Amino acid sequence: MAAKEAEQTEIEVENEELQEDIAPGDCGSAMLIASDSFDSLVGNDYETELAIKKKKSHINEIVRQGSFEQEDSCGEQADVNHIGPYGDATTPSASEESSGEQSDPSMTKELSAVLDEISKSPDHDDDDVKTPEWKAQSKHVFILSDSGKPVYSRYGNEDKLVTVFGVMQALVSFVQDSAHDSIRSLVAGEHRIIFLHHENIILVCVTRGSESDRLIRIQLNYLYNQILSVLTLSTLKKIFKQRRNYDLRRQLSGSEKFLDSLLTMMEREPGLLLSAVRCLPLECQTRDMIAQSIVQHAKVKDLVFALIIANSQLVTLVRMKKYFLHPMDLHIIINLINAAESFKAAESWTPICLPKFDSSGFLQAHISYLDEACQTCLLLLTVDRDSFFTLSGCKTKITERLIKYNGLKAISDSLRKDSYNISKCGISDLRHFLYKNKSTAQYTSPELEAPYLSPGEQERLFGLYHYLHNRIHSSARPLKILYHVGQYEALLGWVTQGFELYAVFSPLVTKSLAINAVNKLMAWIRKEASRLFILESVTF
Amino acid sequence: MAVKEIKLCLLGESGVGKSSIVLRFVRDQYKECLESTIGASFMTKRVVLDERTFIFQIWDTAGQEKYRSLAPMYYRGAAAAIVVYDITRESSFPAAQEWVKELQRMASGNIVIAVAGNKCDLEDLREVSTVARKLPADDFTPSMGTSYYLHGTAREPGTRRAQEKKGCCGGGGKRNSDIIY
Repeated sequence: MAAKEAEQTEIEVENEELQEDIAPGDCGSAMLIASDSFDSLVGNDYETELAIKKKKSHINEIVRQGSFEQEDSCGEQADVNHIGPYGDATTPSASEESSGEQSDPSMTKELSAVLDEISKSPDHDDDDVKTPEWKAQSKHVFILSDSGKPVYSRYGNEDKLVTVFGVMQALVSFVQDSAHDSIRSLVAGEHRIIFLHHENIILVCVTRGSESDRLIRIQLNYLYNQILSVLTLSTLKKIFKQRRNYDLRRQLSGSEKFLDSLLTMMEREPGLLLSAVRCLPLECQTRDMIAQSIVQHAKVKDLVFALIIANSQLVTLVRMKKYFLHPMDLHIIINLINAAESFKAAESWTPICLPKFDSSGFLQAHISYLDEACQTCLLLLTVDRDSFFTLSGCKTKITERLIKYNGLKAISDSLRKDSYNISKCGISDLRHFLYKNKSTAQYTSPELEAPYLSPGEQERLFGLYHYLHNRIHSSARPLKILYHVGQYEALLGWVTQGFELYAVFSPLVTKSLAINAVNKLMAWIRKEASRLFILESVTF
Repeated sequence: MAVKEIKLCLLGESGVGKSSIVLRFVRDQYKECLESTIGASFMTKRVVLDERTFIFQIWDTAGQEKYRSLAPMYYRGAAAAIVVYDITRESSFPAAQEWVKELQRMASGNIVIAVAGNKCDLEDLREVSTVARKLPADDFTPSMGTSYYLHGTAREPGTRRAQEKKGCCGGGGKRNSDIIY
């Protein structure tokens, strides 16, 4: 084996050997918007999608429906229609220094000169750029406004990085102005620089890692959506329409931690790669009981979504008929709860914009933890700004019922370590896997076990998944099945119309053994589907 | 025994210590480096005074500018508001003045407004002097210094006000704040 260690073999496997039938975990009615990996998230498609959305605001639709139902209360209606709580009052304040238009260096410099500058930018008198720690970071992310004003930097103080931001803005606008094109990426030495240009906002990732450009662009899009979830697209547009060089950090102050945590989440959470959500395994009767508790006790007008999330996994989702949640929005919700400790202290009431659902306005979220240990989080999302006390009452009743019928205990049992380890599948040599059911946008995967316990090893494992995913979804040559023998493990990726499966085996497993194991794994998932996935889509 | 519900809301710039005051009042706890509040959080506290029970419904609002326009939702119908500033941060004081003005203009007529200068234990770093304070509400507003070290001082005004049945709690935790009546 020693001789084989560095050797990498890749064989495309014959399709016939794997027994393909319907995807385990399928269900009649989905609650999440199903989407392919890499689907509609990037670049122009997304912009047009937003433009289409703009015509039809879900929030206004719900509010309007409400107003048909009770026509008498028209006094309040005008108020409710302005669902965006920041919509009216928050405008860029006049106290901000009103310097003139920022001069555009691209006008005077050739692209090559600009490139020179970026490659030797440490020569500048920038404290933060000079520190070895800053340079040693393998993945930088910068967000800036159209006019080059810093909005966010993953590492270092934005104010000390103004020259770097200036160069980025120059690169973007140079390509835009001179070629009427948009810059997507460039390679400088061992770094790749990936650009994503939205109206008003430029996102840039500088990386030494191996993630594909496409994946990074998805990640940048997530960050963009995180910003929208704090501000809404309408407010963002309005701000920059009124003042092109507005310092957006004023509006985002306190929200940087969400961008930080989202970046960390991207390194650990396969759900973002798969555009799917992980469900907490629960017996289907238990899950039914939990969903019914919500349906019974939270039948409140204008409540759009009610969901329970435990340790980044979805326990249940109850939705208003007609409306669905996009996995991307759900990831943003999960990120919100993970990043904010303050929700653990008390019931909270906060506006949140779900960009895929409706980027033009806010939903109002009632957020509370149901147990002492703060593991199980209940979110009630409504369009009615004044329903806090109603929802707070619902929460109390839901909690009572969940305690009475041992729902909370079932959740914490399922969260316990070893409740979902790979040995449960009973397949030797299988170390880890990701299985996504496409039609429900849900995925399942066991806990990480040895040898993937250290952060370094986990990162390596996700690197392998990224590699597999990228090869299979290659735009030049999409694959159905890929068997790959690496240095420390053998990988098998298999994508059909209904599902995606990525499995990791010990390195000595042969191709036929792996295929055999995958068939067994599929049988196991099929058997366990009702526990691993949410098969019932419950509505109010 | 009579039970009276009192709606109270805390307003003020980000990072002045609103949540710390609430945490001290409600749970008698103090936490170093509390995270900034998202949106607003809600807590209740039962206080018994002279055989009367008061239940404080406390809205602890987030101070960041982006949440500014949400404030009316919380102070509308409130019996009392505590406007908090940080004595070690000059800029937080004009912000407090703005809040008081807004409350006088927009909130219900009989709202009790208290102004609390928080973090009195950091006397060395004081930027807002005791003399220079000119609050628009000076003549009728109780303004107090809270500090959440010596919670005895801070606690007292709260209870006293509760006696007045107007319902206002002086929070206070680990540090001290100045209270002007």
